[in-house]
Amino acid sequence: MQKGIVIDHIHMTYTGIAGSFTALEDINLTIEPREFICIVGPSGCGKTTLLNILAGFIDPTSGHVYIDDREIREPGPDRGVVFQQYAVFPWLTVRQNVEFGCTLSANRRSSDETCRTIDHFIELVGLKNFEDSYPKELSGGMKQRVAIARAYAVNPDVLLMDEPFGALDAQTRQFMQESLLKILDQEKKTVFFVTHGVEEATFLASRVVIMSTNPGRIREVIPVEIPYPREAGIKTTPEFIRIRADIEKVVREEFQKQKDRSSNG
Amino acid sequence: MGDKKEDKAIEKRFDQKMRKERMKKVGYFFVSFAIVLFVWEMCRALGLVNPKLFPSVLAVGKSFVTMSRDGSLQTHMYASFMRVLVGFSVGIVLAIIFGFLIGWFQVVRLLIDPVINFFRSLPPIALIPLMIIFFGIGETPKIIVLIYASFFPALVVIYQSIVSLDPIYIRAGRTLGATDMEIFRRIILPQLVPHIITACRVSLGVCWATLVAAELIAAQKGIGAMMVEAQNFFQMAPLVLGIVMIGAISLIMDGIVRAVERRVTAWQEKLS
Repeated sequence: MQKGIVIDHIHMTYTGIAGSFTALEDINLTIEPREFICIVGPSGCGKTTLLNILAGFIDPTSGHVYIDDREIREPGPDRGVVFQQYAVFPWLTVRQNVEFGCTLSANRRSSDETCRTIDHFIELVGLKNFEDSYPKELSGGMKQRVAIARAYAVNPDVLLMDEPFGALDAQTRQFMQESLLKILDQEKKTVFFVTHGVEEATFLASRVVIMSTNPGRIREVIPVEIPYPREAGIKTTPEFIRIRADIEKVVREEFQKQKDRSSNG
Repeated sequence: MGDKKEDKAIEKRFDQKMRKERMKKVGYFFVSFAIVLFVWEMCRALGLVNPKLFPSVLAVGKSFVTMSRDGSLQTHMYASFMRVLVGFSVGIVLAIIFGFLIGWFQVVRLLIDPVINFFRSLPPIALIPLMIIFFGIGETPKIIVLIYASFFPALVVIYQSIVSLDPIYIRAGRTLGATDMEIFRRIILPQLVPHIITACRVSLGVCWATLVAAELIAAQKGIGAMMVEAQNFFQMAPLVLGIVMIGAISLIMDGIVRAVERRVTAWQEKLS
């Protein structure tokens, strides 16, 4: 059963020596099951903060997050996280990394859906010949695929991805975008994907959420009405270009606002 | 897949190259010590050092053979070895426990830091007179000095390694559903192992360095004791033999720990 996410009046304020800083102000968003949501916005707009709240790494100042009527307060295997820095355990092989979640007590007691053959997930991300390699022998893209397989192996309802392809070169990034969509095609999940790249967001998402910064708010939500499955070729279609331009325009406005504010402040 | 075969061939050539490199290193090792021995003898022959005071390589060698034959060398080595082993083991275990507490709990660190910095700067040798008064002249004061010698350097290495743990692995563990115990045993501990081994190397080094001083607390057995006895009877060969033995054993033990280190940290990305 796929689960949706409800973000309900989330506020996040940091108080420090320099006064208080509102990272997130009144964020409300309903994500349907199996939707692919991309969050874009200028740096510091709170996208990663929002992801960390969804993941349960930090508590919001106020507000609630629900996954299928159950409130989120802590990290857990129902929400898989893929980090920008991969966070693949360097002392374990690919196989040991992917099966790590399944060897934890929390997942051994779970439903029979969890921890289907690890081989399945390793193959799903295309790392079949690298099972016994250590992360230090892998490229960035490969490490990220290990991270994705590892998250998948505990059968989460939701995938939270924090600029996962940010550290990769352009070709690898393109390849990973397509791989991700292919993987999702076979095993559907609800996805919350944070990125800087408007093209990436347009290519991957069913809806793109654009955030403004200081305070962090949802400025606009733009649907991407291009059917799945999507291939690299669609990036040159007029439909894609139009939607991308729309999103780009709003993002650039927000970026400009932020720049003006920082040069005046 | 032809690629894999090629990879294996490249790997084999690389392994062969590594082996050659290692043999070269061993070769250089022996040559450099041979040069030292040569210079030693030359200094005596040319009168740069008093040949009566400075034993020849041969004399030291003879002393080694004599003392091994009558078992006295083994007795001394065993006594020293056991003291270092106990001092080092207890010191390391304590360092791991306290290192963890200091690194993990900020309150503990703030409380203990100043005290640690004080004792870190205090050489173990300075404690010897105090130990004699407290504990007499048996094994206890020597072992305590060695425990002290190995504890502080290891402590710093270990608590630094805990402080510098990357929190992202802990987050990754949490999001996969790990409990606190699981995080400790399966995420934190594996990251600490290389640092613990580094701490071992440092501790062992300091321990051996302190050994002779520790054995000055009236010891009958032990390499340090052997050297003091040689000093009292003006026997140069056993004295120099003692120095060579301490150096050699220290080198061997360090080599062993380094070999363990290489195997245990095979997964790490290193600069070379």
